[in-house]
Amino acid sequence: MAAIAIEQPRRSRSLSRRAALYLLVPVLFVVGYSTYRWLGIHFHWTRPFVVDDITMPSLWSIVSALFEPSRVNGPLLISVLLQAAAFTAKEAVIGFALGATIGFVLGAVLFQSRLLQRGFMPYIVASQTVPILAVAPMVVVWMKSGWQSVAVIAAYLTFFPVTINTLRGLQSADPRAVELMRSYAASQWTVLWKLRVPAALPFLFAAFKISATACVVGAIIGELPSSIQDGLGGAILNFAQYYSIEPANLWATNIIAALLGISFFLVVVVVERLVVRRAPEHVA
Amino acid sequence: MSPAAAAVSIKGVSKTFPGGTTALQGIDLEIGPGEFVSLIGPSGCGKSTLLRVIGDLIAPSAGETLVNGKPAQQARREREYGIVFQDAVLFDWRTVAKNIALPLELAGWSRQKRHERVARMLKLVELKGFEDHHPWQLSGGMQQRVSIARALAFDPTLLLMDEPFGALDEMTRERLNMELLRIWEASGSTIVFVTHSISEAVFLSTRVVVMSPRPGRVADVVTVDLGQPRSAETREEPRFFELVTQVRDALHAGHGAKEPA
Repeated sequence: MAAIAIEQPRRSRSLSRRAALYLLVPVLFVVGYSTYRWLGIHFHWTRPFVVDDITMPSLWSIVSALFEPSRVNGPLLISVLLQAAAFTAKEAVIGFALGATIGFVLGAVLFQSRLLQRGFMPYIVASQTVPILAVAPMVVVWMKSGWQSVAVIAAYLTFFPVTINTLRGLQSADPRAVELMRSYAASQWTVLWKLRVPAALPFLFAAFKISATACVVGAIIGELPSSIQDGLGGAILNFAQYYSIEPANLWATNIIAALLGISFFLVVVVVERLVVRRAPEHVA
Repeated sequence: MSPAAAAVSIKGVSKTFPGGTTALQGIDLEIGPGEFVSLIGPSGCGKSTLLRVIGDLIAPSAGETLVNGKPAQQARREREYGIVFQDAVLFDWRTVAKNIALPLELAGWSRQKRHERVARMLKLVELKGFEDHHPWQLSGGMQQRVSIARALAFDPTLLLMDEPFGALDEMTRERLNMELLRIWEASGSTIVFVTHSISEAVFLSTRVVVMSPRPGRVADVVTVDLGQPRSAETREEPRFFELVTQVRDALHAGHGAKEPA
């Protein structure tokens, strides 16, 4: 009975340590950025670039820009950006759901046959070497400009890691566990759902973590050729044009975009904790 | 013994793997209902392959295998046997109770019936109170007991065991040997037990089938005439040592590619 590992304390201790790490990184970033900026201005550094309020706006000006109107008599920048983030998030969520579903089904189909794997895999890989910027305008032409086409572009960036890891994950089932299922006269379908898919879950979630951030990038990039103004992509394009006048606005937009990506990632992490019940050494 | 009465009947079974390795050659073996038969031999003698032929997990290249009078494939489809591997092969994502319930679930048992049976099996392998634990929270010996409970959950008449205690320490192994004998007596099932431990084979079995390698064949069959039930004292009886010596001699003779006795 003494062999029973007590998991809970270890988990909570590692959680608090991780929380400290999460805080450490932004603190290091803030200190590093501010120090570099101060040194650059003080000593008139010109390499690799001239440091001034345009190239590196002060962190204070970036944060305060969030709470100023983005244009005369307009709403605060932060409310504009949060609205844009919500719009982009909708595209990204639908893109993620679409891409993850297609990715999983594709992986599961490829798993059934080595012949299919050999025939299709090169093209699936090739699909990811075509730049998204080249694909996006075609999707917009086919589907008309709108958030739906942006979701499809986000799905295009989402499905690939899911396909690769679904395939690998389904193959990861213990061969003796497969024999065990065979001894129970289990059908292929039962083996898939009772054994192979649960065994693949850690792999799937590793893919979902990649896809969670990729679908946000896909949604932002997808907005550009669709000339959608309501999302973060539109905001980035807009503030980039006025960078020399209001540099802090673009920086602030980037921070919101990063936060959106991080929150997508965290949602996946939380769902993984709830869904995946594996020995600690098996959880990615 | 008529073939219909035999728990396992193997006639002229050979297995050659693609690539040309002959794992089994001309195996003939009859195992009666309620027997405890060990397959022993050096690695490469095909004992695990033979076990898998009985379970229809590997198709033989030649010969016929009957389980409870039915062809091995039909017996597997009708879930006539349970199997235990060297590692417990438990599903990490299922609790102990749900691992034991897995074969019942696949056989379409109702939730209520599953629950009752799992409770009974937990009592049988003395793991009451651990039903909601996950496998990785258990020691190796406990995991293997869960695996035995899972194999016996649906009352199979035949239990196939592939070096089930090979990965455990000596103490745990001896304790589980006793437990297995108790379970065997209580369930009345037939057990085919693969091992490479001579003393384990003699202690547990009613018959020990000694196999020789390359190609795998039956070198000798030693009938273990020790009294039942076996106990810790059994290991100290002179007859126990005689039988251990007999099996050891048969193993060494088998190494010299002796013809089947």
